[in-house]
Amino acid sequence: MPESGMAYWLPLASMALMGLAVLVYVVLDGYDLGVGILLRHAHADEDKDLMIAAIGPFWDANETWLVLGIGLLLVAFPLAHGVILGALYLPVTAMLFGLILRGVAFDFRVKARAHHKPWWNRAFHAGSLIAALAQGAMLGLYITGFRDDAWGVLFAAVVALGLCAGYALLGAAWLILKTEGALQRLAVRWARGALGLTAVGVAAVSLATPLVSRRVFDKWFSWPELVFLAPIPLATMLLFFGCAYWLQRLPARLAQGDERGAGRLFAAAATIFALAFCGLAYSLFPYLVVDRIDLWQAASAPESLAAVLIGVAIVLPTIAGYTLYAYRVFRGKATALHYH
Amino acid sequence: MPDAVLLARIQFAANITFHILFPAISIALGWVLLFFKLRFNHTGAACWMDAYRFWIKVFALTFALGVVSGITMSFQFGTNWPGFMLTVGNVAGPLLAYEVLTAFFLEATFLGIMLFGMRRVTPRVHTLATLLVALGTTVSAFWILALNSWMHTPAGFEMREGKAYVTSWIEVIFNPSFPFRFTHMLLASGLTVSFLLAGVSAYRWLRGDRQPEVSTGLRIGVYLAALLIPLQMLVGDLHGLNTLQHQPAKIAAMEGLWQTGASVPAVLFGWPDALARRTDFEIAIPGLASLYLTHSLQGEVRGLDAFPEHPPVLPVFLAFRVMVGMGLMMLLVSWSAAWQLYRRGEPGRGLARVLVGMTFAGWVALVAGWYTTEIGRQPWLVHGVLKTADAAGPAAASTVALSLTLYLLLYAALILAYVSVLFYLARKAGDEPETMDMPEVQTPQPVLPSTTPPPARPRDEGGADA
Repeated sequence: MPESGMAYWLPLASMALMGLAVLVYVVLDGYDLGVGILLRHAHADEDKDLMIAAIGPFWDANETWLVLGIGLLLVAFPLAHGVILGALYLPVTAMLFGLILRGVAFDFRVKARAHHKPWWNRAFHAGSLIAALAQGAMLGLYITGFRDDAWGVLFAAVVALGLCAGYALLGAAWLILKTEGALQRLAVRWARGALGLTAVGVAAVSLATPLVSRRVFDKWFSWPELVFLAPIPLATMLLFFGCAYWLQRLPARLAQGDERGAGRLFAAAATIFALAFCGLAYSLFPYLVVDRIDLWQAASAPESLAAVLIGVAIVLPTIAGYTLYAYRVFRGKATALHYH
Repeated sequence: MPDAVLLARIQFAANITFHILFPAISIALGWVLLFFKLRFNHTGAACWMDAYRFWIKVFALTFALGVVSGITMSFQFGTNWPGFMLTVGNVAGPLLAYEVLTAFFLEATFLGIMLFGMRRVTPRVHTLATLLVALGTTVSAFWILALNSWMHTPAGFEMREGKAYVTSWIEVIFNPSFPFRFTHMLLASGLTVSFLLAGVSAYRWLRGDRQPEVSTGLRIGVYLAALLIPLQMLVGDLHGLNTLQHQPAKIAAMEGLWQTGASVPAVLFGWPDALARRTDFEIAIPGLASLYLTHSLQGEVRGLDAFPEHPPVLPVFLAFRVMVGMGLMMLLVSWSAAWQLYRRGEPGRGLARVLVGMTFAGWVALVAGWYTTEIGRQPWLVHGVLKTADAAGPAAASTVALSLTLYLLLYAALILAYVSVLFYLARKAGDEPETMDMPEVQTPQPVLPSTTPPPARPRDEGGADA
């Protein structure tokens, strides 16, 4: 590990950017995958249309963050990219199938013959579910350093379900924001169901991470780090209770036309993801593959990192700017999608 | 069971072939949509807006397929070719990163506004969103073609301890084959879209759909094709000369030229036999290849015997002939159709059928051309720098075989769905006109088969049926 200078800072900055891209991806595509997961629970065809309309203008751009995250891994840490994606070959393939299925189903469902629509709806749901489960399994396997014994697989399965629930929570929170009436009340019910399962997933990851390696355990449970880190789990727990409380009161508030709780719920769910992400990043740092490859070992030449980072520094604020603009254009409640 | 390298290559080829079909349409269709939009802004004529509304559906569908297959590509660089990034990652990485940063986000974000925001933003902003989406698709092609050209004619780097380090980004991006390849690709996209426009419009026209947007689409498609095809032939020739300079073994394989010699013939058709190192059933024109490769009838061209390693001859030889054959057919059909449209204002039914048959002619030519150049680069992945076999990943053959089978099934189903939905949209648009200000009575006018006897000539050429 280089002590200082460009060879030290450039990989670190690339790592931070990659982390940011992945976090933004998880929250943004999380809500639209979540809506896909929940699609099966809506009964009326109009409700399904409206759910899809709530994510229609955004999903393309949301998925681009995945390409940026995986692109930065490929560009900045080619060694780790090969190892990680090689070890995760099957779940990655499953995820790609899921993403392909839902991406095309989104467009086909309204363009194909009317009696094919239920099939494309099913494909959209199945694709979203497969992608979310596969991403959870990838995360689970990644945390354990690709353990493929029974415990490793069991853990990956728990994380897969937890991440699915987390996405469903984000999706439900998004729907509460973007819909009204009966569908909105339905979304509140979905959010309640997803909240508990998400908590189980977050708890499982938090408990398992220190057990994976002695090094991570020491990082968490040594003095005085324990005190500095305590806010992360405490804040997470507080947010879970906060969400449960708001969800309790939300139906009454919405009935009075008070929408404030809706935005709060989405923000809280996104913050839970961000906190879990920070905890995980702290545990694993500076390793890209648990206790095997650190970020300096895996990094590309400083010149190449600089070439990418200069571009990122200029372009990312622009991207943030026009993304915010697009969200502003489509602010408010979702309406049926028309090409005019 | 074939080895993992071959399977990895087939899988990557399958993915990139599937992927390229959709950007090939969205690159040029983005600009065509902008053109429709600008014409509408300028003239206020409903046919432009109707054409815009019909083709934006096709664009949305195409774009979605391009996005999802593109995401697959970004993963397969690592899973199938880890050696590629380890050796030339310092070059390839930033080019790919800049594609994502400058193109992907731009097109994906403004696509939402372009598709669904027409009533939420001012007309000016909506036109701007259309422009930015078109720009995004083209910028994306710019970076990808820069990287792909670099793999054929690498420049602006030095090798240290087995890894490529960039010495000049300008030389990397504007490497010797880039200008030709980029132009060739953009024109290919333009031709793909013009035959798509012409084919789908001719299909609607044949079904008796006489809405103004149908003849608009037909005219734009046919005239654009007639304009672009000679340009494409010129650029293709220049690209070939550039290849002769930098990758002579590829040219030798394309021409099926086993022995070096002066005054070499152009082989119109034949069947190269790699074991006997000769071409069977050859039909050739003496001296012609020397003429177009060296611009002299006596010019010497190096044959495959001059190269210790050369690409597999058969696929390169055949793919090249498919591409050129499609190009010639495009020339013949587009010029005949342009002539008919110019003379009579509408196409003959025979030629209209040929146009329907050639709806996806661009795809065939594009994929054949892509195979010519990519297989022609073998055994190199990066010419003179990295062999394909040295870049393959450790994934087991059985794993790759399983995922490859699933991919092929999925891709076949999706292409089928895409093509059938495209024609379904065309039928639906004819059945229920969407325009408010166009009364439905205008639609019918059944076609009278007796009025315009189809000219026999183009029909004979129309070997490619839908």
